[in-house]
Amino acid sequence: MKARVTVTLKTGVLDPQGKAIEGALSSLGVEGVTGVRQGKVFDIELAHTQPEAAQAALKDACERLLANTVIENYRVEILS
Amino acid sequence: MTATAPKITLELVAEHGLKPDEYARFLELIGREPTITELGIVSAMWNEHCSYKSSRLHLKGLPTSAPWVIQGPGENAGVIDIGDGDAIAFKMESHNHPSYIEPYQGATTGVGGILRDVFTMGARPIAALNALRFGSPDHPKTRHLVSGVVAGIGGYGNSFGVPTVGGSVGFHTRYDGNILVNAMAVGLAKTDGIFYAAAAGVGNPIVYLGSKTGRDGIHGATMASAEFDANSDEKRPTVQVGDPFAEKLLLEACLELMQTDSVIAIQDMGAAGLTCSAVEMGAKGNLGVELILDNVPCREEGMSAYEMMLSESQERMLMVLKPEKREEAEAIFRKWGLDFAVVGYTTDTLRFVVKHHGETVADLPIKELGDEAPLYDRPHIANTFQPTIDPASVAAPVDNATALARLLATPDLCSKRWVWEQYDHLILGNTVQKPGGDAAIVRIEDGPKGVALTTDVTPRYCEADPVQGGRQAVAEAWRNITAVGGLPLAITDNLNFGNPEKPDVMGQFVGCLKGIGEACVALDFPVVSGNVSLYNETQGRSILPTPTIGGVGLLDDVTLHATVALRQAGDVLAVIGDTTGWIGQSVYLRDICGREEGAPPPVDLAVERRNGDFVRGLIRSGRVTTVHDCSDGGLAVAVAEMAMAGDIGVSFDTLPADIPAHAFLFGEDQARYVIAADAATIEAVAAEARAAGIPFRKLGVAGGDAINIPGETPARVADLRDGHDNWLPNYMAGEIDHP
Amino acid sequence: MKAAVVTFPGSNRERDIARALKHASGVAPAMVWHADADLPAGTDLVVLPGGFSYGDYLRCGAIAARSNIMAAVQAHAARGGLVLGVCNGFQILCEAQLLPGVLMRNDRLRFMCKRQHLRVERADTAFTHRYAQGQVIDVCIAHGEGNWTADADAVARIEGEGLVAFRYCDANGVVSPETNCNGSVNSIAGIYSEKRNVLGMMPHPENLIDALVGGTDGRGLFESLATRMAA
Repeated sequence: MKARVTVTLKTGVLDPQGKAIEGALSSLGVEGVTGVRQGKVFDIELAHTQPEAAQAALKDACERLLANTVIENYRVEILS
Repeated sequence: MTATAPKITLELVAEHGLKPDEYARFLELIGREPTITELGIVSAMWNEHCSYKSSRLHLKGLPTSAPWVIQGPGENAGVIDIGDGDAIAFKMESHNHPSYIEPYQGATTGVGGILRDVFTMGARPIAALNALRFGSPDHPKTRHLVSGVVAGIGGYGNSFGVPTVGGSVGFHTRYDGNILVNAMAVGLAKTDGIFYAAAAGVGNPIVYLGSKTGRDGIHGATMASAEFDANSDEKRPTVQVGDPFAEKLLLEACLELMQTDSVIAIQDMGAAGLTCSAVEMGAKGNLGVELILDNVPCREEGMSAYEMMLSESQERMLMVLKPEKREEAEAIFRKWGLDFAVVGYTTDTLRFVVKHHGETVADLPIKELGDEAPLYDRPHIANTFQPTIDPASVAAPVDNATALARLLATPDLCSKRWVWEQYDHLILGNTVQKPGGDAAIVRIEDGPKGVALTTDVTPRYCEADPVQGGRQAVAEAWRNITAVGGLPLAITDNLNFGNPEKPDVMGQFVGCLKGIGEACVALDFPVVSGNVSLYNETQGRSILPTPTIGGVGLLDDVTLHATVALRQAGDVLAVIGDTTGWIGQSVYLRDICGREEGAPPPVDLAVERRNGDFVRGLIRSGRVTTVHDCSDGGLAVAVAEMAMAGDIGVSFDTLPADIPAHAFLFGEDQARYVIAADAATIEAVAAEARAAGIPFRKLGVAGGDAINIPGETPARVADLRDGHDNWLPNYMAGEIDHP
Repeated sequence: MKAAVVTFPGSNRERDIARALKHASGVAPAMVWHADADLPAGTDLVVLPGGFSYGDYLRCGAIAARSNIMAAVQAHAARGGLVLGVCNGFQILCEAQLLPGVLMRNDRLRFMCKRQHLRVERADTAFTHRYAQGQVIDVCIAHGEGNWTADADAVARIEGEGLVAFRYCDANGVVSPETNCNGSVNSIAGIYSEKRNVLGMMPHPENLIDALVGGTDGRGLFESLATRMAA
């Protein structure tokens, strides 16, 4: 089973990298960009066969390691 | 052999960078058509980067020995004896082409490679330096390249945990399409604990250590020998990625293993990876090598023998172990979480045999691959000269105070703080002189000894007169070490040139080497390691000849050293060495008058030595603690740098009448040092200099808050510093830093 | 005094901190491997040194915070034992939730190595009693991710309970946006746990213990610890 975990900064947490990327896009002439927040994506392979069990395992993984819940949110998607 | 292997066509041979005559020679050597793996191996071993085929003949002329030299060129790094059972291992190496394609990763892997070269010798790295050359600041890629290279050097060294204590950064349009990233590492070892690459003993296990092998950098070594063309941007996939974390573990594991008396030989896997390291270990030890590729730890599935042999995955080593120590060694590597695999053994056949899936995929004579590779005597033109420029013929376009302010804020002479603040230069707690002085000083453990370290070259001098330029590069390194109180001991050279198949470029190479050799002999400053980087050109235009010299010197007592900062008002400044107002090739002529021309200042090596020995004596006796080497920008720039560092002004005495003022202030005569001390000390020094026949001239007095040149508006030190400090941050502002 | 320095894969200032501890106390600290389960018996002070544990991969300090030895460090702290985390050690302490907040990327997005003045916010702790309250010390920073932040409640609690250890300032002790080298909330350079037995700080006092190599303003911290533990 394949899953994707996306970790992003919580709303309101300052994201200097996102700001810098936003500025760069503007200076490159990419129009219409009004905000950038950067984050991390983890593509994970699992031995689980039940999506619910995989969800639970990944939630545990996020809480314990993949995300710092002081500043980050996470989202788990089961891909296949 | 392998049924699916591609047919060896002449196109395929050409794609591997082998010239028709080289391939003919190879066919003759093996007496049959090679396998694709063999073609890959020979192309890696016989290319310029590994074989030094264009340069070896001329490198032989360099002095490489002295009583304090433990290991000269030919090993992973050179080693010198610094007394008390301590040794210093050091080397400099280029990573020019990869850094142009992907500046961050190119720079990181350059730093990683040179650190490995040093700890392979059994030395713990204690300092890193670099020499960087970028294209014109106006070139659209320059900012991006500066940002990426600096972040990469920092990213690797900071994480690995070595202080980056010195270096140089320069800009010139001739590096627009071909930047230079030369990285130097310096390590501390015990004289009785040095490890070498030459294998010994038949039937001993060859062990693979470190990270796994992937498809990165395949043909990186071949790339380093190919000219860039407009399609270079498409070469991105071959660039390897550095992992400083893995390297730090590899360092600790290797040094721990070396304590166990189990290592017979050790070799870094650098350019051309497994091929080059295995061949060199065998060839240097006059032994054959048999590799079983099925045992190589791989990161990707289905890697072919060809790919494994040419992969340039980083943070890997090859070691010949004492068979009875295998388990002990393996346990150490497992503890550090690193791969450990026996991938072959030494033989008495002098053959390089590679097996994969039970088949022999390569069987080649090892000596001819390694130390008996092709050797060329490339045609080259004689040394070139330019006319000497009479300083009286050059009118000053602006007053001297204005020229000084402008020069201090040029790309080449401005403060490089923006760069070195991104390098951890304080870790290990022994950085006595941080970046910004003439040479860095790093204390050896708890002292009192220390080493003085520097990288130097003046490419415009090398272009104008290669022999003088080669001499000057060595003399400048020697002088910078001397200026902090160090006794210069040895150098590493990183020879960056264009295409050696062009007689004018080859002439530059031969000329610079001649000058380097002469200076090394005259200054007792032998070459103990180095690296040659040729084919540095883009679309037919070659870089400025840039033979970077990395110098190492010794301070017996680091408490007796000099710095550039003026200490107190009332101190008197003086210059040791003769000032004629040599304006040819000066930065004044280039950046103020817009003329990049003329003969560079001649280097009189006997005078260089005499003046330097005199200054070093003053520092070592503790009488003078403020000294600055006089180089780019001449006396005025040297004095201004001392003033800015000490935050004290200087009033120049009346300038001499026999030299135009701007030539006196900005000329670049060699073998000069500006010193400062109290009036009584300066008077005594003057008398000693006179007695020794050494030119001495009082320059002025420290005090106030401005540089006063007689008859001109004072230039406030704070204003000069503003321009000096802000050029680079302002230039880089707006560039997105590398993530 | 019994001090233990924990070495993680990728730690790189463990020798520097050991040297500073030995310099102040005369005794070399024990070096403890991250995979060990226990601290040496009788350990008074645990130090998590600077470096790039696990290459700073995932997040600075995140993986080290979950290594074997950290359970023992947690227990030591819970007993009131002293814990010092410097730079990467501070990041690990935050990730391990021994200290509140998180260290984010410097606001200027670059690694910075330079001299930096700090104001000592209180001189009545085991770590700082050899300094004076409000004293300005000149140490150094060397980090890319030292931008301390926390939610408003946590910041209010830290400020209200006097848990700020050091702030970035100028040579006169003035704290301003210009002297805030990395964007940390309220220029915070170091914080204490509630009982002030755990200190995390980004700057490196261990590199300022020698007049020949920059200065001696970092000594006070190690001398404070040495005398406290000797008592």
